[in-house]
Amino acid sequence: MMKNLQWRIGLIVAVIGLSIWAFVPPEQKVKLGLDLKGGVHLVLRVKTDDALKVETDTTVDRLRDSLTRAGVAFSKVEAVNPTEFRVEGLQDDAAFRAQAGDADAVYDRASEAGGYSYRMKPNVANQLRDETVTQALETIERRVNELGVAEPIVARYGARDQILVQLPGVSDVRRAKEIIRSTARLELRLVDQGPFPTREAALQAFNNNLPPDDEVLPGKSEGSGTGGTAGSAVYVVKKVSAVAGNDLRNAQQSLDQFNRPAVHFTLKQDAAMRFGTFTEANIGRPMAIILDGRVMSVATIQGRITDSGQITGITREEMLDQVITLKSGALPASMDYLEERTVGPSLGQDSIRAGVTASLAGLALVVVFMVFYYRLTGFNAVVSIVVNLLILLGLMAAIPVTMTLPGVAGFILTIGMGVDSNVLIFERIKEELATARGARAAVNAGFDRVWWTIVDTHVSSLIAALLLLQFGTGPIRGFAVTLIIGLLSNVFTAVFVSRTMFELILSRRQQAQTLSI
Amino acid sequence: MEIFHNANYDFIRWRWHAITLSLVIVLAGFAMMFMRGLPLGIDFSGGTSLVVRFSQPVTLDKVRDAVAPLGGEAVVQQFGDASENRLLIRLPQQEGAEEGTALEQGSQRAEQALKSAGLPSFEVDSREIVGPVIGADLQRRGIYAVLTSLAAITIYIGFRFRFSFGVGAIVATLHDVLVTLAFLMFFKYDISLNVVAAILTITGYSVNDTIVIFDRVRENLRSRRKDPLSQVVNQSVNQTLGRTIITAGTTFLSVLALYLFGGEALEGFAFTMLVGVISGTYSTVFIASAIAIILSQQKGGKPQAAAAPTGEASERSGRKQRRARAS
Repeated sequence: MMKNLQWRIGLIVAVIGLSIWAFVPPEQKVKLGLDLKGGVHLVLRVKTDDALKVETDTTVDRLRDSLTRAGVAFSKVEAVNPTEFRVEGLQDDAAFRAQAGDADAVYDRASEAGGYSYRMKPNVANQLRDETVTQALETIERRVNELGVAEPIVARYGARDQILVQLPGVSDVRRAKEIIRSTARLELRLVDQGPFPTREAALQAFNNNLPPDDEVLPGKSEGSGTGGTAGSAVYVVKKVSAVAGNDLRNAQQSLDQFNRPAVHFTLKQDAAMRFGTFTEANIGRPMAIILDGRVMSVATIQGRITDSGQITGITREEMLDQVITLKSGALPASMDYLEERTVGPSLGQDSIRAGVTASLAGLALVVVFMVFYYRLTGFNAVVSIVVNLLILLGLMAAIPVTMTLPGVAGFILTIGMGVDSNVLIFERIKEELATARGARAAVNAGFDRVWWTIVDTHVSSLIAALLLLQFGTGPIRGFAVTLIIGLLSNVFTAVFVSRTMFELILSRRQQAQTLSI
Repeated sequence: MEIFHNANYDFIRWRWHAITLSLVIVLAGFAMMFMRGLPLGIDFSGGTSLVVRFSQPVTLDKVRDAVAPLGGEAVVQQFGDASENRLLIRLPQQEGAEEGTALEQGSQRAEQALKSAGLPSFEVDSREIVGPVIGADLQRRGIYAVLTSLAAITIYIGFRFRFSFGVGAIVATLHDVLVTLAFLMFFKYDISLNVVAAILTITGYSVNDTIVIFDRVRENLRSRRKDPLSQVVNQSVNQTLGRTIITAGTTFLSVLALYLFGGEALEGFAFTMLVGVISGTYSTVFIASAIAIILSQQKGGKPQAAAAPTGEASERSGRKQRRARAS
């Protein structure tokens, strides 16, 4: 019996020691959530339709090209929406099918009068959407790292097209948001005509009948001012770009010929080959450098260009941000912000202070009550609450679990709800003492009979806490995890630790009939 | 020291009064909800919420005047201690705010309005902007989580005790959720994420007291098979009354500390828990057992036939208890 008791005390001391070792010093070892240390929490939605649209547009372009080259007659090949396109006015079905075989792998085909309608296969579309979100996630990760934020979080979130970004300690929220969101899609396209002062003027030049492979894009008018404050203008450019977003190898800060800020970029090898052929074939024609659908600069192609170019006419800030975004690669689709939560560091500090005050006050109230009501046995409960909190802190530091503001609430609830188990056991012991079979029998019966009650109450609380974990976002998850750890360690402290203390006291008395309870 | 020594109150006699009182509170809550709408916080409804700290004291009215031209029903209230000069400004969802940068227009316009209104200089301490997509998603998930939690706990109690007890426990818990919502309406608290977290915690916690009573009922039924169920239940409620009050009391004390000292951001959470703990104790004593008895009687079986514990789990605990008695 004594040996058993020694072993149990040894285990308890070891657990306490390990827990304290795990979380001391707390400033370093307990991770704080954004709501306590300050920072910004963002939720973005990736517009995966963009990526599907690119796929459909590319397929349409390729099909139109190969039909023209093979001399197959058609009146229209046209994208209807991001996942569908239509072919109209076919005369020779067999000749068309010979050219359109590629599309069948990706699209479901349906016959229509004089043509076909194609709809992207659902599994292909889903896979493409999924890849798009993954790519966006990786790109954002690189950008956030370039921003130099310590311990950022970039992760998938909620519905499948959402991404969570958490940036602790970031002060310039607006800049961070712009950098994360900019698609950074660099395109090099031929300019058909321009600049025009307005969109209407541009359309007028084509008698309001733009060729199907052209589009109007906004930009800056060339050469107006040296400070980068150029006037606005629009250009009519080709829809097809000579390079794609992922063709970029690197981007760095540089200066243009007038010593103004510029971004120098280089292309990957295969893209450089393609670009070389493209520029060679178009010498003398104007080419636009387009970033995120905006014409940055237009220059006449002087000769064969292979692997590098320059974005000019920008401010210094624009240069710095463009280097970050271009370097980290283009986003496969544009994004929307769905949610933004920013907490300033001073508010976080105040919350920590309030949380510590409330915890101490809660602990004090419960301790006073227990000692007042249960006398010496009350100290037994006090020890088990304190051990419970130490284990909770230790596990939070070791796992690690981020301490959030609602997590502080979970910590305080653990004090009040954890002591309930002690109360149940103590009340039962009181009842058993009344039957006058001695203190030892009363303690044994008390613990044994209440065991299943404690299991039942903890399971029902755990069910709610697990659903909370599943429901919640960042801070609420912190609360749920705190509650769950607190409940589990409470079983250990209220049953094992508390019982060991009772037995320690009883082992010193031979024939105890009473307890201070 | 002991409260309720040998308590012997006839709780079962009061069951219809208790059920009536609860119905009145819940219906009043529903009526207010019907008239004013559910006061969803921006977590669920979408919108913008700013905490602004001014360098000098300002009156709420001046700030209200400053943001009034923004339209919608802006809420301006003190945040935290008056000496900190912090104000909470909440703006409703902007029309068509889903697309792109429109999401943050509300906050930008509010900051601009404050700057141009000739108020003391200020810093934005916290800014929360929630789009309608996120809000709607969270609403759905919140309701789902509360309902699943209730269902899972019913199933667990039904498995550990018996079906009618499971229903009794869950009616009591549902009662607590509805009463808590009613009090949130009465005291004009917004339903935020934290409040829903507190409601979920209540679903897990309020059933604890009920389990303690049901455990005792099961134990008593074994030794007193001849007595009618209602009498056994009433006696069990009385026997466990002390611990029901004390366990609720300790939880109440810790939540009270949170309510008083935990700061503005956790006030809604703490208030919800305070109401939930009180309602949980009341419903345990008056509602849970009453429902269990009513359901057992409606099955038409004799009390003892209906009273036999079922399920493997309870057999196991029965063995355990016999062993304990033998020791």
